[in-house]
This record gives sequence, structure tokens and C-alpha cells, in this order.
Amino acid sequence: MTAGAQSAVTIAAEVRSGSRSASSVVDEHLARIEGAEPSVHAFNEVTADAARAAAAEVDRRVAAGDDVGPLAGVPIALKDNLCTLGVPTTCSSRILEGWVPPYDATVVSRLAAAGAISVGKTNLDEFAMGSSTENSAFGPTRNPRDTSRVPGGSSGGSAAAVAAGFAPISLGSDTGGSIRQPAAFCGVVGVKPTYGLVSRYGLIAFASSLDQIGPFATTVHDAAQLLEVIAGHDPYDATSIPEPAPSIVEHLDDGVQGLRVGIVTELMGDGISPAVTARVREAADALAAAGATVEEVSVPAVTYGLSAYYLIAPAEASSNLARYDGVRYGLRVDAATTNEMMVASRTAGFGDEVKRRIMLGTYALSAGYYDAFYGKAQKVRTLICRDFEAAYERFDVLLSPTAPTTAFEVGAIHDPLTMYLNDICTIPTNLAGHPAMSVPFGTDEGLPVGVQVLAPSLGEVPMFRVAAALEAAAPASSTAEVTS
Amino acid sequence: MPSDRPCLAVAPQGCRTIGAMSRISRDDVVHVARLARLELADDQIDTFTGQLDAILDHAADVEALDLADVPPTSHPYPLVNVLRADEVGPTLSNEAALAAAPRAEDGRFRVPTILGEAP
Repeated sequence: MTAGAQSAVTIAAEVRSGSRSASSVVDEHLARIEGAEPSVHAFNEVTADAARAAAAEVDRRVAAGDDVGPLAGVPIALKDNLCTLGVPTTCSSRILEGWVPPYDATVVSRLAAAGAISVGKTNLDEFAMGSSTENSAFGPTRNPRDTSRVPGGSSGGSAAAVAAGFAPISLGSDTGGSIRQPAAFCGVVGVKPTYGLVSRYGLIAFASSLDQIGPFATTVHDAAQLLEVIAGHDPYDATSIPEPAPSIVEHLDDGVQGLRVGIVTELMGDGISPAVTARVREAADALAAAGATVEEVSVPAVTYGLSAYYLIAPAEASSNLARYDGVRYGLRVDAATTNEMMVASRTAGFGDEVKRRIMLGTYALSAGYYDAFYGKAQKVRTLICRDFEAAYERFDVLLSPTAPTTAFEVGAIHDPLTMYLNDICTIPTNLAGHPAMSVPFGTDEGLPVGVQVLAPSLGEVPMFRVAAALEAAAPASSTAEVTS
Repeated sequence: MPSDRPCLAVAPQGCRTIGAMSRISRDDVVHVARLARLELADDQIDTFTGQLDAILDHAADVEALDLADVPPTSHPYPLVNVLRADEVGPTLSNEAALAAAPRAEDGRFRVPTILGEAP
């Protein structure tokens, strides 16, 4: 945690008790943003005036004796693919530059109702397609732990905002690892909840069967509190699970005695840095010392996750991004006919990675290739679900690295396929719809390493119990002060 | 699978070795770009062909799997026909819906000529 920074639950407790004003909390974070944002570039827009006004309102309500909510006065940063009423939402794309949504995403409304205060919209890889936040139309975000390195992606701005102390918590979205990998790179906690646990209403769609909104935080407790606020059924999202959200915070101190933890063999070998696997084994030892049973487990089909994902996600994206046609919102480049206008607008508005995935998806879905590519990928998705199911018959949670390496240098990776390999450990859970989270556990050459905790659908409680135990056992360097 | 087609990719990463089989041709890329309403410059076609070929080549590792009897999964959560009561609720006003339109006229989105243009 940044020097002098407080956790979200501490801030909320102080603001609720009246011992600290939300206005002073917000001013302190805005000052930190002003100081370090030029070297980090976590934000596409900082909403300082709106944040100060919201803080004054929280203070007024506390003084009036209202219950302001579990995140009273807590600053939060929002990934810029979450719709915010009256505040530009760009997806870091030229095609949505300056677009102002006419409604709030459900998560944004729930945060406001819980007393949280948005301080701005964070940078991302365009339309959440990328693993480094270098594919933003508005320039890259830097890793606060080492500004020569990437923060990971696609939610790099949200991860960097928390790591730099700009806000104690933030929201990202995770389609193939876009919360967990940047959390690992920046040394913070990042959670991809069970598919359907958090409403996607107002999350600008990338791949609808994989996308899920989730928290970043400096502590496991803050992440659990934030997840409780945003989780739960929403009639505006047809894929939202129609059941009450689980209580997580009350179980954080339950310990791991008797929990069965499996280390995923296939994610501990080829393509993974030995220093990263060493940290995962140390994490497993810590869990064993705390009373868990730890064994290796084979989940063979996860090795095909990347192949299935890079057909399924682009296929869904090619369909979702067809809506950017220059007619109803976003960029329009004028031309003589509507068809020419659409071609000119999309050609000028989308960056290369987005074009690449739209074309890959269009190809995978096109006549003659559907069975060979998309159809086959859907069958592989079934195999991945089955292999996880078999593993979860014997284990409560699984353990793996979050990312194959620590944060790499800005500009180091040019080849798209090499970039995609960043997500080999995180993609399988998206395909299965399961929850998973990254917890900082030690470092390699001063850079943070993330350990991934995976669980079956709606297994958030055991997942967070294991995360809390890892946090308690992690070396102090895991969440070292930022150096920028 | 069009594995018998010669490799036309110019970008070096397009083929593992010169003359190896290609999974997507330059013509395929031109075709899907047209379907996706994207215009590519000549050098972009070459670059994208090489990159897409490398990605599809990697994805071909699933060819080793026997998938004949495996059903497809399109979604992690088996929901069908999620319905709500047929009641009037709040919706966006015409003004709010048109507020971000590049061109609007008489309460509608305005676009260039549609009728009469070639398909």
C-alpha cells in the first residue's frame, strides 16, 4: 500500500463514524493523483469536481445521521468501459471518443448507493483487447512499481490507480484475464467473479459469454467488501444469476484448516518463469502450514484454453462491435453513401488490435470455416469445463500462477500471439465461467508476483478464505510502497 | 480446413518456414475485411494476413483432440428465455437517445443515401 494510504474499509468506518470527512479523503487522493498521474497515466479522465461535490454530499448526510453505506466516502476509479451518466466513456477508442452515455451501469449505481465516490475513468487496451494497456488510443499506462514497465491489461489503468494510491479500490473487467494479470503485474488484489454474479448492464460488450466486472484493491478484505456491494441479481442483465449474492466478508477469518488445495500441474511448467512457479510453491507451502491439504492435480484441457479463446472471444467481439457504424453514436466519417460512411468510420475509429480481432472473429464465423474453427472451439470449451469439474470433485480451490512472468518493459512485445500468451493461466476460468483471483505473493527482482486462486462457480467464499490466508503469509515486499 | 492452399503471406511471421501451408490467404483477409466494413491498405493486408495466420496456426493444436462426441458450450450458464412481466417501465427519451447521434433530424437518426447504392 502507498505510504499514508488507508484501506477502503478503514476509510468507510472513519467517515461513517464522523471522525473523518469524505471531503478530506477525496482531497487527499486527488492530491496524490495530481502528483503522480503524469508519470503513470492511469486515467482517461479525472472527475475532480464531481468527486468533491459527491464527498460534500456524503458529509452532509453523515452529519444528518443517514446511513451512507458500506463504502461511505471511499474513492473509486472506474474502467473506462463502464457507462457513467454524463461522464465520457471511451473504451480508449477513437470511435467512442467524447461519447457521453445516457445511463449509469448497474455497478456504478450500486457504488453510489453504497457511498463510494468515483474519482475518474481509467485507461485500458482499446475495447479491453490487450494485456499491457499499450493498445490505448490515448497512450499507454505505466506500472507504478516501475514506470519503465507495463501495468498489464486490459484493466491496466484500474490496477495502476490502486497501486499508485490514487484510489484504494477500482473496478475492471475480465474477459480472459484483464483484471487478474494487471493485478499481478502491479502488486494488488484482483478478482474475476463467477460469470453472472455481477451485472454486466452498462459494461460495453467485448465477448458477452466471457466478460465479467470485478474489483481491484490493496487488501483481500477491501476486495471482498467491494464485491459484496456490486454483486447480486439485476433484471437488466438476462445472464445475471437470479439468486442472492453470497456473504464473503464474514468468512475472511475462517482460515483454511481442512480446505483441499490443488496446484494445477499444466500451469506450472512450459512457458512459465521459474521464479513465478517458485512463488506459487511457496504460497502452497504457506497454505499447508495453515492447515490446508495441498496436492498437485492435472487439468489437461487447460492447455487448449488459449486456442479456444482466440476463436471464441474474437467471434463474439466481431458481432458485438458491429454496432459501431457511425449512425447512432460515436465517430462518423462522412461519405456519399451509408455503406461508405460505415467503412470510413470504422476504418478511422478502430485501432489495429481491434481490427485484427474483428477480422479473426469474422473469419472464424464465416461460411465454410465455422465448423473448423468456432464450432471446434466450443467443443474444446466443453472439455475445459469437464476437466475443471473433475478437479473440483477432489479439491475446494485450485492454485496456479496468475501470469507467466512479471511485468515486462513498455514496447517489449510486438507480436500479437506472443502478447496473447500472457493469458494462458487466466483464460480457462473465463471459458468455464468460474471465479478466480490474483493475490500478491512475493517478488522477482523487485517486481510483484501474483498467485492465482481458482474456484468452481459461486465458490467465492473458499476462494477468498484462501486469498486471506495467502495475504497473511505473503512476504512484506509483496505490497511494497510505490517508487514512482 | 483449406490446408492445401499455398502460403501467400508476405510478412515473415506469416509462415513458420517459406513455402509452408497457410491457414488464411491474402484474399481471405480482403474478403473478411469487406464483410466487417473495414478498409485495409496493401501493406496492412500483408501484415494482417501474416499475423492472423500465426494465430490460426497456434489454434490448430486442437486438431489433435477427438471431439466427435463432445457437445459444444456456447455459454457458461444454461439460461434460456429469461422473461419479465410485460409492464411499461421508464425508457430513454427520444431526446436522450438522439443526444449522441452524429446527425439527427426530426427526432430520427440521419444517414447518407441508402437506396440506390450498390450492395
